[in-house]
Amino acid sequence: MLLTITTTHYPATDLGYLLHKHPDKIQTFDLSAGKAYVFYTEVSEQKCSAALLLDIDPVGLVRSEGPRGNDFALEQYVNDRPYVASSFMSNAISKVYSSAMNGKCKDKPEKVDVAMPFSVKLAVLPVSGGEAVLRQLFEPLGYHVDAIQHPLDPAFPEWGDSRYFTVELNHVITLQSLLSHLYLLIPVCDNDKHYWIANDEIEKLLDKGKGWLETHPLKEMIVRRYLKNQRAMANQALGVLLSKDESDDTDEEVSSETTEALTEPKPKIHELRLLAARDQLLHAGAKTVADLGCGEGRLTRLLMQEKQFEFILGMDVSYRALEIAKDRLKLDRLPPKQAERVKLVQGSLTYRDKRLRGFDGAALVEVIEHLDEPRLAALERAVFEDARPKTVVITTPNAEYNVRFENFEDGKMRHSDHRFEWSRKEFEDWGNGIAACYGYTAVYKSVGEVDEEVGALSQMGIFTLKN
Amino acid sequence: MLPNKSIQIPELSLVVLIGATGSGKSSFAKKHFKPSEIVSSDACRSMVSDDENNQVASGDAFELARCITGIRLKNGLLTVIDATNVQEESRRDWIKLAREHHFLPVAIVLNLSERVCADRNALRSDRAFGAHVIPQHISQLKRGFKKLKFEGFRNIIELRSPEEVDAIINIIRDPLYNNKKQEKGPFDIIGDVHGCYDELVKLLAELGYLDNGKSLFHPEGRKAIFVGDLVDRGPNTPAVLKLVIAMVESGNAWCVPGNHDIKLLKWFDGRNVQIKHGLERSIEQLVNETPESREKMKTFLDGLISHYVFDEGRLVVAHAGLKEEMQGRGSGAVREFCLFGETTGETDEFGLPVRYNWASEYKGRAKVVYGHTPVPQAEWLNNTIDIDTGCVFGGSLTALRYPEGELVAVKAAEVYSEPVRPLDYEKTSALNLQQESDNVLDIADFTGKQIVQTGLAKNVTIREENAVAALEAMSRFAVNPKWLIYLPPTMSPAKTSSLDEYLEFPTEGFEYYKEAGVDKVICQEKHMGSRAVIIVGRNEEAIGKAFGITGEGIGTIYTRTGRPFFNDKETERYLLSALNEGLTTSGFYDTFDTDWVCLDTELMPWSAKAQALLQKQYAAVGASASHALHETNNALGQLLKRNIGGNELANLFEAREMETARFVKAYQTYCWPVNKPQDHKIAPFHILATEGKQWTDENHEWHMEQIKKVCLAGDETLLATPYQIVDLNNDENVNDATNWWLNLTEKGGEGMVVKPYNFIEKNAKGVIQPAIKIRGREYLRIIYGPEYTESQNMSRLKARGLHAKRALALREFALGVEGLQRFADKQPLRRVHQCVFGVLALESEPVDPRL
Repeated sequence: MLLTITTTHYPATDLGYLLHKHPDKIQTFDLSAGKAYVFYTEVSEQKCSAALLLDIDPVGLVRSEGPRGNDFALEQYVNDRPYVASSFMSNAISKVYSSAMNGKCKDKPEKVDVAMPFSVKLAVLPVSGGEAVLRQLFEPLGYHVDAIQHPLDPAFPEWGDSRYFTVELNHVITLQSLLSHLYLLIPVCDNDKHYWIANDEIEKLLDKGKGWLETHPLKEMIVRRYLKNQRAMANQALGVLLSKDESDDTDEEVSSETTEALTEPKPKIHELRLLAARDQLLHAGAKTVADLGCGEGRLTRLLMQEKQFEFILGMDVSYRALEIAKDRLKLDRLPPKQAERVKLVQGSLTYRDKRLRGFDGAALVEVIEHLDEPRLAALERAVFEDARPKTVVITTPNAEYNVRFENFEDGKMRHSDHRFEWSRKEFEDWGNGIAACYGYTAVYKSVGEVDEEVGALSQMGIFTLKN
Repeated sequence: MLPNKSIQIPELSLVVLIGATGSGKSSFAKKHFKPSEIVSSDACRSMVSDDENNQVASGDAFELARCITGIRLKNGLLTVIDATNVQEESRRDWIKLAREHHFLPVAIVLNLSERVCADRNALRSDRAFGAHVIPQHISQLKRGFKKLKFEGFRNIIELRSPEEVDAIINIIRDPLYNNKKQEKGPFDIIGDVHGCYDELVKLLAELGYLDNGKSLFHPEGRKAIFVGDLVDRGPNTPAVLKLVIAMVESGNAWCVPGNHDIKLLKWFDGRNVQIKHGLERSIEQLVNETPESREKMKTFLDGLISHYVFDEGRLVVAHAGLKEEMQGRGSGAVREFCLFGETTGETDEFGLPVRYNWASEYKGRAKVVYGHTPVPQAEWLNNTIDIDTGCVFGGSLTALRYPEGELVAVKAAEVYSEPVRPLDYEKTSALNLQQESDNVLDIADFTGKQIVQTGLAKNVTIREENAVAALEAMSRFAVNPKWLIYLPPTMSPAKTSSLDEYLEFPTEGFEYYKEAGVDKVICQEKHMGSRAVIIVGRNEEAIGKAFGITGEGIGTIYTRTGRPFFNDKETERYLLSALNEGLTTSGFYDTFDTDWVCLDTELMPWSAKAQALLQKQYAAVGASASHALHETNNALGQLLKRNIGGNELANLFEAREMETARFVKAYQTYCWPVNKPQDHKIAPFHILATEGKQWTDENHEWHMEQIKKVCLAGDETLLATPYQIVDLNNDENVNDATNWWLNLTEKGGEGMVVKPYNFIEKNAKGVIQPAIKIRGREYLRIIYGPEYTESQNMSRLKARGLHAKRALALREFALGVEGLQRFADKQPLRRVHQCVFGVLALESEPVDPRL
């Protein structure tokens, strides 16, 4: 919320001209989300400090109508936005210091291109990725970075550090460059919800990044974070910015999920599981098949490509996933005969469901491990006793393989929503129990590359109803 | 003029009018039936084509008529088909439809002369079809008339002249023989006797029946109901028959036929039956009976009605049970079902037919009591009970006392017949039938728009989109649904305070109740932790018995959305055992005559459950705000030294820094480190349910005092909640409570909950809010932000609507109480889960979460 810019370039009072703000006045500016004040804390020819103070209206943020909307999240009145340097600060910089940012100075135009010693203080700056990211962002541009990371609550040291830093940056640089760097890199550090994404953001990005962003080692991260959650826009911007080199699907955004979970080699293994499940259903001669826990419809799509399958049901408990599946499979646009072949429904495998009766085959690809183990009893009955498909294909991770992952830790699972991961024996014991109880035969196969000691990445059980 | 005449038809008839065009069918229908009972082909033609004479539309019109009729019959409504129906093929469809719904097809034939029909049509301008039509109709009618009986019509009424038609002044609807709805009991329903005379006499004596020389009777007027299979296999079939006949004839009993009874009847009739499965013994025993006696038995068996519906439709007795759609109806299929039940067509390893367990899918309102299949124990399943406990096979003869629900049984003196299949075959689980069946619920009972009938709020409607959300939450995160007998309702705050510096204040809470007509309330300290519903039993066995859950410990702790409260099972186990200890030591289990209890509680510290929220949000805001404001105030301090103004700004931000400090202090109050399970605190505030009982009939003071006893007997994790009883007409009382709140909240307490003294309080408008929360000024900083107390913020925040929140609270409360009641009544889990699922679904309604 506070940005202080200090220079010791003689005469330091030139800062007033460069910023186009009178050193002896306290000026107020209206912003969409509140107010900004500019005042000087120190004014002499040796040293001059200008402070930009934001006064964000937290109630207004929630109550006002606007593109932010009101999605009834509890955090809205209680959030850090009023206290941190975020996209609001960038907004304020471009509004309050616009002439300086554009390299204009009415009274002393000759000073614009002079590199001066500047010291910038930000209180406080949230940095996603911590001090390392902060340094990687500013140091390549020549800044000397001093940062104090604040604990979440000194009364509860066990809660650890917060993502907030009081930051001091020192550099000999032109004011225009300095402001451009801040303008882009503050929201990049923050990497939280931005309160603007307009169509001219790409232009602004390219404009403010001119002359330095092209060669910045973290340029991709900067673009992606700046255009947060606007993947298409980010790719477009990168295309403009980069000669097409390594800009593949390598997303540096480390989501909370993957930091807590082991990372499977992507994307092959999941594809292999889907293909294996499809092949088993084909092999079983199934004509009507159910993709149980279809998620966003990847297996359903594979099944649709096979003429053998006359009817395909995709079921998932997540309505959102089904909406995505519906989109991806373009169900609305299929010709009527094709559309009749596929149906997506919301359902849950912990309830019995008449709609699932009478299928030749069913696949549960990476489904069972998302249920608490005690709830599996309900799934068993729903699938094997009530729905009773002739063939059931189930895949699940092979927990033994986890030791082969680079970031292996004991007890850590491959996905934060996995409730358990089984060894081959555990899976087979469970499967054999089911087969005996409900009159099926069970066969087990490996999916993915097989390690002699710990088995394959994934395991598959094929259950066939006895006559 | 012919004399006035009435005709009689069964109450559940599909009346097919038959007659040529112009024969006066529509007038006849209008005269004798309600407009809603008449499905007219003309009207349907008109609806689908705008022209009631458009013959081209007949196909569509028939489809519509069939659809309407089908729905009416499904709903048990007499229906009249007003169409010519002169051709056999057009009648065939109606007969088929009537049979599908177990209705009796009745034909009323208007067999009038061609001249009468032609004259009538001539009066109507819209009936200008060819002259050949009427003679054709009449000839078709006459040709088919004789065959009507063979087509399947049960009653055929022919009217041959306009005079005969006019003479009918009344159509009497006869109740079906099975309709005994006016008989309300009490009853003693007795299972398959199979000639076990001694056991029957003993059972009747145990039930209190006395001998008056002619028959047995009950001095309190109870009636016996026999579920059939009186005969075969056992030692004295004739004596059993004579006893039952005497009781039925003297009005002391009812009896429905079993398959064995009907087979014996066939033998009496001299029909070809296989003399086996115990029939041979009956025949042997009947040798000594006189012809008169045998004739009497035959007549009795011949007169038995397939099933009975008693007590306003609340009780159905049939030998092999009866599906809902067949109850009270008459058809060959109904009779077959009553005698044999439903079979899958397969046979089991003993060569016996595999029975399709209709009861596992039964969802009817009526209790169904039946026999036919010997079971080791009579057990309820989805409101049905099989009371054939295999007396003749050496089991016992069982009676169900209705409406008491009590089972009375007499052991068989010996094994009279060896069962082909052992009695306890299939009994592998420790759970009872209902619990076994409840292991997996049917999704169809919960998806789509749901309407739940509750005792408190009549119907609560769950919208489809909310059910969609609840299904996901329930499936992915919730504990075993068998645990989920209750989810707590949301709670509304008091109206915004009229005081400038407070958003909420006790005055408005008290006012709400006073305006609602309540004079006495209870104020309970509101603990700032996380809501937790706790179920705990004496031991795993108690839980298995009451909840049908095995291997999941002596209880559970779940959150207000049904998720497991603790990921760490060790902590849960500790807390449950600590609570169990308190319950045992305080004598709770004995006092309440129960082996388990379900409690509504607050579990602390808040930081234990809300760790993520604290770290991501509350502590984060505290950390960012305090450091940012600290730097800001430093800068403003330097500015002030320059003497160019800025005082106002400096004051503003100085205040902010103080507010931030208070915000941090507010959340810190609710946090303490948890290093061991004992660091938690449990504060129970409602005793929700114990064995066979839910406790919302008791007032809150009773709840608080009962809970206090348990807390005092338990260890330091149990916390009794301080409370005050307030007489709202006593100003001193009100002042004391207000000061109590001020005192609590100034020390950092969350606030208090005001509840009517009685758990459930109603006024003319219905149930009133079961609780209103009044949150402290400091606490509210963590809801509305550190700076909410600044006047420019407060004035805006005071504009908040409570209507949606309060409506939601009432609906959830009604569902919550209903679910507990259903569980206490031992209803199928499906019925309990509907309520709990409903609360979860309603929670996905978009309501301001800060309220």
